[in-house]
Amino acid sequence: MNKFTGVDYYNIDSLFSEEELMIRDTVREFVSDEIIPIIEKHAREATFPIHLISKMAELGLFGSTLPQKYGGSEMNNVAYGLVMQELERGDSGIRSFVSVQSALVMYPIFAFGSEEQKEFWLPKLANGAKIGCFGLTEPDYGSNPGGMITKAEKVAGGYLLNGAKMWITNGTIADAAIVWAKLDGIIQGFIVEKGTKGFSAPEMKGKHSLRASVTSELIFDNVRIPEDNILPKTEGLKNALMCLNQARYGIAWGVVGAMMVCYDTALNYSKSRIQFGKPIAAYQMTQEKLVYMLTEITKAQLLNTQLGRMKDDGTLKHTHVSMAKRNNCEKALEIARIAREILGANGILDEYPIMRHSANLESVKTYEGTHEMHTLIIGEDITGYPAFE
Amino acid sequence: MKIAVCVSHVPDTATKIKIADDSKTIDPNGVTYIINPYDEFAVEEALKTKEKFGGEVVVISVGSESNKESIKKALAMGVDRGILLKDDNPRDSFGVAKVLAEEIKNEQCEIVFFGKQSVDYDNSITGQLTAELLGYQCISVVVDLKFEGEKVIAEREIEGGREVVESRLPVVITAQKGLNEPRYASLKGIMAAKKKVIEEKPAAGSKPTVEILKMHKPPAKQPGRILGTDSSVVPELVRLLREEAKVI
Ligand SMILES: Cc1cc2nc3c(=O)[nH]c(=O)nc-3n(C[C@H](O)[C@H](O)[C@H](O)COP(=O)(O)OP(=O)(O)OC[C@H]3O[C@@H](n4cnc5c(N)ncnc54)[C@H](O)[C@@H]3O)c2cc1C
Ligand SMILES: Cc1cc2nc3c(=O)[nH]c(=O)nc-3n(C[C@H](O)[C@H](O)[C@H](O)COP(=O)(O)OP(=O)(O)OC[C@H]3O[C@@H](n4cnc5c(N)ncnc54)[C@H](O)[C@@H]3O)c2cc1C
Repeated sequence: MNKFTGVDYYNIDSLFSEEELMIRDTVREFVSDEIIPIIEKHAREATFPIHLISKMAELGLFGSTLPQKYGGSEMNNVAYGLVMQELERGDSGIRSFVSVQSALVMYPIFAFGSEEQKEFWLPKLANGAKIGCFGLTEPDYGSNPGGMITKAEKVAGGYLLNGAKMWITNGTIADAAIVWAKLDGIIQGFIVEKGTKGFSAPEMKGKHSLRASVTSELIFDNVRIPEDNILPKTEGLKNALMCLNQARYGIAWGVVGAMMVCYDTALNYSKSRIQFGKPIAAYQMTQEKLVYMLTEITKAQLLNTQLGRMKDDGTLKHTHVSMAKRNNCEKALEIARIAREILGANGILDEYPIMRHSANLESVKTYEGTHEMHTLIIGEDITGYPAFE
Repeated sequence: MKIAVCVSHVPDTATKIKIADDSKTIDPNGVTYIINPYDEFAVEEALKTKEKFGGEVVVISVGSESNKESIKKALAMGVDRGILLKDDNPRDSFGVAKVLAEEIKNEQCEIVFFGKQSVDYDNSITGQLTAELLGYQCISVVVDLKFEGEKVIAEREIEGGREVVESRLPVVITAQKGLNEPRYASLKGIMAAKKKVIEEKPAAGSKPTVEILKMHKPPAKQPGRILGTDSSVVPELVRLLREEAKVI
C-alpha cells in the first residue's frame, strides 16, 4: 500500500505553521505505524487496543493544549485539531478515547477543578496512568441533558450519588468518571473514582459502530463520595456544555481524517479497478463522485482551519463549533457511503477501512449533539427563536 | 560527553523521482524531503547515549536552508542544538566529510553518529571519510553498541552474519537498521524544539573529486508470469529460475 500523504487540493498546508505541520506529520506516522495495522482486528473483536494508551501518552496526545506544569504541551488549538484529524484517519474510536481523556476529563478538571484536583489528576491523566470518562447522557435524557435525574445529596463529609448514565465512552476502563448530577436542582460536576462502593460501570455490548471503543453504563447506587470530589467551579449545565464544546471542536476536525482515508481509498481503487476494459476512474460518473468528495473535504478543511484560528484568538462562539460539527459529520458519512459505492462489493470487506469508518460515523454524527440539535443551536443564533421545545 | 550526529536531508522514499532535463540532477518539483531514515537510528542512539552518560548532543547537517527541516526533526526528538553548514550547491561525499570533520573538531565531540548510508546517493562513505579526516576510530553498519569507559564494543552486520568488534574513543559510528527503535518526536518535543538554537554558518568551499556525468532510471520491471497452477509446472519453474533469472 502507498504511504498516506494526506489530501490537500487547495494548498491548505500553507495555512499551517511549521510546528503545526510537524505535529500533524508525527501523529500521521504514528497512526500509520501503530493504529492502522491493528485496528481492523480490534473492531472485529469489539476490543479497545489498550496497549496504545501508554504509546499515545508518550507521544503527548492527552491534554496537549494544557500547561506543561500539568503534563500538557501548550499546543495551540489548530495543532490539536490536526492531531484529532490524524487519529480519526485511523479510527473514530481511538479519536474518541483521546477526545474524552483530553476534552471531557482533563479540560473540566483544568477549568472547574481546585488546584489540588489539578495537581493530583492532570499529570496522571496526561501520562496515561489514569483513564477518565465523562458521564452526562442518561437512558431517558440524551439531547435534553438538562432534564437529568441523577442526583447528589449533601451528607456529612461528602455527597451521596444516585442515578445512572448511559452511552459513556471509556466507562468500564476508567479510573475516574466526571459525573454530572443535580445538587439541590443545580447540575454540578463530580469526580467519582473506580472502586467506590455502589458504583459500577458495565460495558454495553452489541454495537455496530465504534466497535474499537468501550461504551458503558455508569450506575450509582448510594455512592458516597468525599467532599473534595466536587468540581468547585461548576454551577449548572453550562459547564458540561463547555466541555462538549471542546470535544465537538475535536470532532469537527476528526471526521476530516475519516473523509480523507475514504476518499484516498476510493481514488486509488478506482484507478486500478478495470471494468468494460477501462479503469472505473475513467467513467464520468465515478469522476463526479470523486470530485464531490474532494470538494467537500476541501470545504471542511477550510472551515476547520478558520474555526481553529478563531479558537486560538478567542473570537470563537459555540455556534461556530456547531456549524463545523454539523456539516463535517454529515459530509463524512456521505463520503464514506460514496466511497463504499466506488469499491463495489469490495467496499463491504474489512480488507478496506470504508465500512468501519462508515459505521463509526453514525455514532459520531449522534454524539456530542445530534445533527438536529446543532441545527437548532445555529437556528436560534440567527433567528433569535429557540426551537428546542 | 559531547556527542554529534550528522544527518542528511533526502527525498522521501515514497516520492517518485524524476530526472531533470540536464540528465545530471533530480527535478526538485513535487519532491518532499525527509531526514535520511538511517540517520533516525543515529539520532536515537545519540540520545540514548546521552541519557546514559550525560552530556550534550548536537546535530549537524551540510546543505541548503531546507536541511533545517531535518535538523528540527532531530531537535524535536530531543537533540540539544543544531548546526547548519550552509551550501546551496550539491557536493560530493568527500566535500561533505571535510566540512563535517572541521566542525566536529571545533565542537570537540568524542562520539559521532552517522547513518550507514544516505538513501539519495547511497555512497555509504561519509562517516568513514569523516573519521579518517579526524583521526577517529570508525565502526560502520552497527546493530548493537556499548560504551565501557574508553572502550567501545559494537556488533556490526557483515555478509551472512555478524561480528563483534572492540575499539576506543573518540569514535565514529554508522548506524544500521536494528540498532534501535527510533522514538517519535513527542508533541512536547516539537514544541520545545521551537526554542532550540540552530546555528547557521557557510560551509567552506570544496573542490569536487567526483563529477556526475549522467543519471538514468533503471529499466522498467518486467511484468510477472504465471506458468500454471499445479505441480506439473515445477520443472519448468526450476529451469527458468536457473537459466533465465539465474537465482538458483
Ligand atoms: C458510541 C457512543 C458514545 C457516547 N459517548 C458518550 C459519553 O462519553 N458521554 C456522554 O455523556 N454521552 C455519550 N454518548 C451519548 C450521546 O451524546 C447521545 O446519544 C446523544 O446526545 C443523543 O442522545 P440520544 O441518543 O438519547 O438521542 P435522543 O435525544 O433520544 O434523540 C433521538 C433523535 O431525536 C432527535 N431529536 C431529539 N430532540 C429533538 C428536537 N427537539 N427537535 C428535533 N429532533 C430532536 C435527535 O436529533 C435524534 O435524531 C455516546 C453515544 C454513543 C452512540
Ligand atoms: C537533490 C539533491 C540536492 C542536494 N543539494 C545539496 C546542497 O544544496 N548542498 C549540499 O551541500 N549538498 C547537497 N546535496 C548532497 C547532500 O547534502 C548529501 O551530502 C548527499 O546526498 C549524501 O549522499 P552520500 O551518498 O554521499 O552519503 P552517504 O555516504 O551514503 O551518507 C552516510 C551518512 O553520512 C551522513 N551525511 C551524508 N550527507 C550529509 C550531509 N549533507 N550533512 C550531514 N551528514 C551527512 C549521514 O549520517 C548519512 O547517513 C544534495 C543531494 C541531492 C540528492
